Amino acid sequence: MSTLQAPQAPGPSALHASLARPRLPRWAPAGLGLIVIGLAALLLVLGVGFGGSVALGALTYLVLLPTWSAVVEGSRAAVDRLVTSLVWGAFAVAMIPLVWLLWTAIDRGSSTINLEFLTFEMRNVIGDMQGGIYHALIGTLLVTLTAAVISVPIGVFTAIYVVEYGKKNRLSRLVTFLVDVMTGIPSIVAGLFALALFVLLVDPAYRSGFAGSVALSLLMIPTVVRSTEEMLRLVPEDLREASYALGVPKWRTITKVVLPTAFGGIVTGVVLAVSRVIGETAPLLIVAGVADSVNTNVFSERMQTLPVFIYYQYGLATDKGRAYAWGGALVLILLVMLLNLGARVIGRIFAPKKG
Amino acid sequence: MATTTPEDVGPGAPDDTAPDWSNTRAGVGDRVFLGISRAAAFTILVALAGVGVFLFVEGFDAFSLEPEAYAEGGGASTFLGYVGPLVFGTALAAVVALVIAVPLAIGIALFISHYAPKRLAGPIAYVMDLLAAVPSVVYGLWGGSALAGALKPVIGWLGDNLNWIPFFSAEKVAVNGRTMLTAAIVLAVMILPIIAAICREVFTRTPRLHEEAALALGATRWETIRYAVFPYARSGIVSAVMLGLGRALGETMAVAMVLPSSFLVTLSLIGESSPRTIAANIASNYKESTPQMQSLLIATGLVLFAFTFAVNFLARWIAGRSERRLAR
Repeated sequence: MSTLQAPQAPGPSALHASLARPRLPRWAPAGLGLIVIGLAALLLVLGVGFGGSVALGALTYLVLLPTWSAVVEGSRAAVDRLVTSLVWGAFAVAMIPLVWLLWTAIDRGSSTINLEFLTFEMRNVIGDMQGGIYHALIGTLLVTLTAAVISVPIGVFTAIYVVEYGKKNRLSRLVTFLVDVMTGIPSIVAGLFALALFVLLVDPAYRSGFAGSVALSLLMIPTVVRSTEEMLRLVPEDLREASYALGVPKWRTITKVVLPTAFGGIVTGVVLAVSRVIGETAPLLIVAGVADSVNTNVFSERMQTLPVFIYYQYGLATDKGRAYAWGGALVLILLVMLLNLGARVIGRIFAPKKG
Repeated sequence: MATTTPEDVGPGAPDDTAPDWSNTRAGVGDRVFLGISRAAAFTILVALAGVGVFLFVEGFDAFSLEPEAYAEGGGASTFLGYVGPLVFGTALAAVVALVIAVPLAIGIALFISHYAPKRLAGPIAYVMDLLAAVPSVVYGLWGGSALAGALKPVIGWLGDNLNWIPFFSAEKVAVNGRTMLTAAIVLAVMILPIIAAICREVFTRTPRLHEEAALALGATRWETIRYAVFPYARSGIVSAVMLGLGRALGETMAVAMVLPSSFLVTLSLIGESSPRTIAANIASNYKESTPQMQSLLIATGLVLFAFTFAVNFLARWIAGRSERRLAR
């Protein structure tokens, strides 16, 4: 197909013989798409299942368009069109679970959520009595807050060390590498670590929100270090040097010039890290345990958290349990989305002014 | 703690531009601040070492218990016999998830970096981030109820028509849709955004000139990607896949909530009972744990930690190597 072709239709059009290869019309992919959707709709009406007709329609499209293109444009263009359709298809397929999941959560969860659900706990709740997630919300809040209190100083100072002090020395390279590796620690291993730690240091039956926070900080620190590091590197060297030229010591330069400049980015990173660990279940299941009522003391007694609540209710395998699990899931999703959105807004507000 | 080693570019070090106050009272602040920062960096090293050490100390006893202690693991009598089927299940779930997720993730990454209209690319990348932000317990909930229900006919069809493939042959095909295949799909959805985000990053970093040279030679868009983008991004893709694998190996809740499992070694993805993963085994057994059982679970956790650590280490090493190569 790669040899030159003589103009096919001699006659008037030969006067405007084009040097370009023949192309499919611009509307070809969209037009064919519409036709195939029509066909799929027909199949649906004829009684083929929804999934079946969508799959058949997609397959037809993937065969028809490259074939048409191969006839008109040649095999190279046909392959290109096939890949283009596949890439668009991959995107469409990836959107299915997200939309499906959100829709299911809203559909099944919204009927459960009401004021009582948010403000009741589960103590002495049996049968069809109204229970709620108040204790789990408090627990999640406390555990995550404690985790943040542990990991933010460690994370931020480590990033300061790596960027400001340890420029490429052995310790800072090792820390950067290990932080990268730490990002991949399975959450359940973090939980087992906290369990082993407190079993060894306190007592074998020790369960508390604090142990959960330790496990969560192990998961949170790498995220905080990475994002803070990136933000500190964005601070222009000129600012530091201007401060040094005034004779300001290095630590004052860091606290008064570098950190305020990077503040927005650091806060965004921290909030994103919180949104990542707030939904962690496995470590809390192991070390923070399951509880039915409010516990505001992080250091003693089991503490219920929202993800564990969802897991526990789902495990009951009752209608009420499932409804409560979806209700809790919807609240959790909303929390995570709010944190994500908040992180973006904060990042925007504190972004350094460009002048 | 606060003494300056020649390694640090601390205050007073020769190649630091900061003013040197180290011999005056103002230098105290500098030394303290450096000390705190270095202590924080050391804390991370200690924490990571601590994970290994504490798991080892607490799990060590479990390597050599009386044979009866392992019996719950499908009649095993040694630690290896107990952990073997679990390692198999973990690897099976992760690999099947990768097989599903990798082509999709590369497609999405290409879509965002090269195919999508410029105005759409940003919002789509944000949506993918949202997919990554959904908590795993919610994925488990969705997989165990909505997805499992929807997959019932598909699994039945696979069992009827494709049972000559070992993956789809089963003595008893699951009727509730909660199979290894379902769990692997949930895992795939969870690791999809991670792999896609890294691939997208690498794809967009392809030198513009390479692509334009290819286009100028008359390459189609696919040929440009095939011959200019992929060779450049190969090691990035490999390390993205390894990171996805690490994540899939360690995922707990989604698998535990989707899959009723037992100590089995079978390739079948749609059978009524499926192999169990290490993480799911820990999550489902921690409750009735005697000290002996607890230490056994911690020992399996140590095995999981070793595996994921190795996979992540390899991924970072590959990524780092290619970065060094490109920097030259």
